Amino acid sequence: MSTQGNANPNSSVNNYSMSSTQNGGGAAPCQNGPGQMYPAMYTASSYYSSAPPAAYPTVAGHSAPPTGKTPVSSTGYSGNYYQSSSGLSPYPAPGTHQYSNAPGQSFQQTAPYAMPAGYYGQVYSHPSQGQTQPQPQQLQPNLMPASSGSNLGAPLYPIVSYPSAPGSSQYGTLRSSQTTAGQPPVSTVMPPPPTQSSLQQYSQGIGATPTPAQPGYGAPPLSQAATVNGQSNAVQQHYDQNLHNPMSHHYAAGPPNSQGPDKERPPSGTPGTSVHSSPQHHPGLLYGDRGVNNAISSAAGDHSSSSSDHEEEDEEDEEADLAAPPAGVPAKQAPPFGYNYPTMHPAYQQNPAPKPNPSPSHGGYNPPGYQPYSQPFPSLSELSSALGGLGGVSELEAETLRPVNLLQERNILPPKRAPPPEPNLSNDLRKVNCSPDTFRCTLTNIPQTQALLNKARLPLGLLLHPFRDLTQLPVITSNTIVRCRSCRTYINPFVSFLDQRRWKCNLCYRVNDVPDEFMYNPVTRSYGEPHKRPEVQNSTVEFIASSDYMLRPPQPAVYLFLLDVSHNAVESGYLNVFCQSLLDNLEKLPGDTRTHIGFVTFDSTVHFYNLQEGLSQPQMLVVSDIDDVFIPTHDSLLVNLKESKELVKDLLNALPGMFTHTRETQSALGPALQAAYKLMSPTGGRVTVFQTQLPTLGAGLLQSREDPNLRSSTKNVLHLGPATDFYKKLALDCSGQQIGVDLFLLSSQYSDLASLACVSKYSAGSVFYYPSFHHIHNTAQKQKFQKDLQRYLTRKIGFEAVMRIRCTKGLSIHTFHGNFFVRSTDLLSLANVNPDSGFAVQMSIEESLADTSLACFQAALLYTSSKGKRRIRVHTLCLPVVSQLSEVFAGADIQAISCLLANMAIDRSISSSLSDARDALVNAVVDCLTAYRANGSNIQPSGLIAPAALRLFPLYVLALLKQKALRTGTSTRLDERVFSMCELKSQPLQQIMRMVHPDLYRIDNMTEQAALHLNDSVIPQPPLLQLTAEKLTREGAFLLDCGSVMYLWVGKCCNETFIRDVLGFQNYASLPSNMTEIPELQTTYSERTRAFISWLLESRTFLPAFHVVKDDASTKTSFFQHLVEDRTESAFSYYEFLLHIQQQMSK
Amino acid sequence: MEAAVFISSLVDCCALIFLSVYLIITLSDLECDYINARACCSKLNKWVIPEMIAQALATVLMLVSMHWFVFLLNLPVASWNVYRYVKVPMGNMGVYDPTEIHNRGQLKSHMKEAMIKLGFHLLCFFIYLYSMILALIND
Repeated sequence: MSTQGNANPNSSVNNYSMSSTQNGGGAAPCQNGPGQMYPAMYTASSYYSSAPPAAYPTVAGHSAPPTGKTPVSSTGYSGNYYQSSSGLSPYPAPGTHQYSNAPGQSFQQTAPYAMPAGYYGQVYSHPSQGQTQPQPQQLQPNLMPASSGSNLGAPLYPIVSYPSAPGSSQYGTLRSSQTTAGQPPVSTVMPPPPTQSSLQQYSQGIGATPTPAQPGYGAPPLSQAATVNGQSNAVQQHYDQNLHNPMSHHYAAGPPNSQGPDKERPPSGTPGTSVHSSPQHHPGLLYGDRGVNNAISSAAGDHSSSSSDHEEEDEEDEEADLAAPPAGVPAKQAPPFGYNYPTMHPAYQQNPAPKPNPSPSHGGYNPPGYQPYSQPFPSLSELSSALGGLGGVSELEAETLRPVNLLQERNILPPKRAPPPEPNLSNDLRKVNCSPDTFRCTLTNIPQTQALLNKARLPLGLLLHPFRDLTQLPVITSNTIVRCRSCRTYINPFVSFLDQRRWKCNLCYRVNDVPDEFMYNPVTRSYGEPHKRPEVQNSTVEFIASSDYMLRPPQPAVYLFLLDVSHNAVESGYLNVFCQSLLDNLEKLPGDTRTHIGFVTFDSTVHFYNLQEGLSQPQMLVVSDIDDVFIPTHDSLLVNLKESKELVKDLLNALPGMFTHTRETQSALGPALQAAYKLMSPTGGRVTVFQTQLPTLGAGLLQSREDPNLRSSTKNVLHLGPATDFYKKLALDCSGQQIGVDLFLLSSQYSDLASLACVSKYSAGSVFYYPSFHHIHNTAQKQKFQKDLQRYLTRKIGFEAVMRIRCTKGLSIHTFHGNFFVRSTDLLSLANVNPDSGFAVQMSIEESLADTSLACFQAALLYTSSKGKRRIRVHTLCLPVVSQLSEVFAGADIQAISCLLANMAIDRSISSSLSDARDALVNAVVDCLTAYRANGSNIQPSGLIAPAALRLFPLYVLALLKQKALRTGTSTRLDERVFSMCELKSQPLQQIMRMVHPDLYRIDNMTEQAALHLNDSVIPQPPLLQLTAEKLTREGAFLLDCGSVMYLWVGKCCNETFIRDVLGFQNYASLPSNMTEIPELQTTYSERTRAFISWLLESRTFLPAFHVVKDDASTKTSFFQHLVEDRTESAFSYYEFLLHIQQQMSK
Repeated sequence: MEAAVFISSLVDCCALIFLSVYLIITLSDLECDYINARACCSKLNKWVIPEMIAQALATVLMLVSMHWFVFLLNLPVASWNVYRYVKVPMGNMGVYDPTEIHNRGQLKSHMKEAMIKLGFHLLCFFIYLYSMILALIND
């Protein structure tokens, strides 16, 4: 154990000493700095501060407010906005700022900081004078005595993280993100558009990147204020339910549509319950006190009690509470709107009713509104009749079964990305069913027996995206979360109510009692309608969990950044980008007042940073004993972000400059990770690792295993698995302590991602890889890194999460894919959960499902929000069970099947070999088509026949075989291959599909024909083109959308108007070869193109890199490698592949 | 001499039987969710090498005492034990890997394997017992 004091190379004055004593006399008073400044705003219960003065961002006169509109060009997203803002501010460039703490210098130091404060003030918000003044005054004596004057106008700590307009918080919808220009104007309480937009942009804890607000889908003009909810991107409407428990009795419910496969029973009477709901909504029936209230129907007394409840609620938890309107005031009914389930359930439409929540549900998949329900319990026969079309083959099925001769059909691609097949359910069930974006099954008709499944030769599995950003999510708070007593399934829309007091679980068929509390419907404020509770009306709900769901008090948000500062890292220049990005997003890190942050850097030693509040500057502590790394001081390395914000900013400003002259080339990643583990294990949280080379020192050191000569070998690819179990063990340790590790690998040489990725894979982290990252030489990569960081730092996060996937009795899950640790048979342990990760599972049918007509799947994700609340997000999917092979084929979801096959192939290539995996993929197609041919006797034997539902199967498999992960024969770096594998295993379905089979559009001749008209903008809809060079013409410009990267290919003879009006250059020759964005030009041509591109980007979370590729540029190979239907030296063309399959089938 | 060989094999076999039972109990604990995969695997991995040694010991004893039939009976099991130990991928934490055990029905196959071994060891137990008694009588 040898620790040493380390002299900072930049500062002649200061020694970063090992001693943990706080230096500087100004330490003590500073402790009551920011932490105490906003007592009203940051009380434990009101996370979303609504203190009006603080919440309104007022733009100070001197500040130039941001334009409020992000540029539409693909690179000009909100991330750039901050950069440009910071460029304006006289913030000292990082690196130039000296890291000094000589007492005399503190005066000089403060001067530059006064302006940044102004900068932050203008960008974020100005607390009103009343609040600002104490702030600098409190700080000044300690930190910046010289700057008091300038600070008055520009408060130093405008930490108004979660502002929300008063009033708007109650009836608020949350704009899920700062969206691109095409978004509908949001009429809000907040005044000037620029301000509001900056507010949105800033104050959303998460969704500052253009995430899917789905604003585009013809949302009605919003009648609500955009309430900012830092925690979730969802619209959360809370209904007061109960005032029994002071903490959290807002009953929240989104606008669910009424539905329930309920059974009709004569309303068995609890005295005083009204079974038939009245269209009136009574606010707040107090029912928590069961003994008293059971027998009471809603009465005037309840009204008053509930209204008091309201106030209490609003103070306590302003999480976009949507309180029900007072009784008798019919609320506005928002037009039912949704892009997937646009219409209301007909049964409930007959009674249009005042809607309790005037929510403008933009883009939700559940239509809003509780429709009163005239038949509370539909009969059993109705339930069975709900399974429409099970007897005969429906029209839809006939279409999906239409035999297609693949060899003859040339244009096989639909003009638009095909929507997932709809399960063959009755309308009622279909409407409440889980959104296919969240929960998807490879077979929308579940075969009855394993034998039938085997006959179809298709994989059965689920693809989940459980934590994705939702625009609308009912949040429910109740004392008892109703679950099945034997299998612990959460009550869901697909259970059946035997009568008022009993329900039958749809997974294990056990009959359960309905608890008293559940009898009360907080939405209609009436009693005796358990089937109309939001839990039973929505297949995606979120519960606020009680302490039963906690093993320990909910942890705070804790972020630790582990930065590589070896020579290689400094050379690549990532530190600068990272520090700037974190500085810009420091306020937007999801969290509350308890948020902790810490930094560790490492080269051949591990450096810790003491950020104890009160220090005049950060202290660097160096631990050089990497064989037995220890934590030098325990309490001040992870510090409260609010309290030590200035120190954190100091550190981030200084970091890039601190190591510029380092000669250290070694990297002790393993010991640094061990240190991070030790540092974090008491709390858990997120560790973000930035690594730029192969770890060469200490535990977990790795050797280079790649032989560059074998990169393009067609034989076996070696070293796809980890070289050591160190990272896996560490990840499991981390997972046990609720630590998630995210890895950013920015490296130009081989870094053995196969081994390193394990640390993220099993701790539920994510992996990012930027091959040949360099801040100057590779600007495209740098931009991508910046955009990704922006999203990464601000996206929502859930801590100490577990997910359980349950399925109907008879089905069982046997294999899991994704980043997590499977703790027990169906329990996935997710130390961190992020909205961008997807999961897949494979299932088998263990018992015959003959006695049931519906199969259900439920994924329940229990997590701690960044606000320290325990929440459970429950998704339930319901699918019909079929007994005919043709029906199984008819319900095949080819995209889901391809994704699941990709996951399986990757497992196979790691456990067995790559060629094995490739063969297995081809065999999957061959087997499936053979099975189809064997099944259909009426089909002529010539040609390659596939059912229409599976006609894209060969194409997708061919595309998979040409992926970086699975291709052979084309030169592929091992790290890139492994990264592609990681992506395939951990991305959600849409992202994988775009990656595997990108979308190609011709965009130089887009017309208004068939265009989408959204709000004011016109979005042209060019048809999808086959991925073949045959579709390209020299006269055109083509957009290829690969998910994480977009190419705009410009042909040699491309029409000059396009080049001039859209790209802003005179002619083809003057186009630069490295354009990475489309300029914002004021021509209709340009506007139309940008509208189209931003429409494509609407639902993305990570913004793609954008490349304009000229036909004669050397970069065009990266474009052409995505044209999967074409032949390459080493791989089949599509037609050849079909012939190959046909040949295999005839064997 | 013969009796001594069989007595020691008998003891060895008893140990293996106990070990098999322990494996089955631990695996079924995992199946029923009483313990988590990490704990289960670290418990079981501890016993992989002892099992291999014990099995090899029995095999070698039979070889040196030239009981060919029993030797050939033991040989496949001994070589399977060695094979699966050698075949563990570099990144895995042992024969039982907590991250894999719930995937691809591995838990079931481990269970099946433990069951088969238990049956085999019981068979051996009676063979040894019989041979031991025979040897004692012959002495």
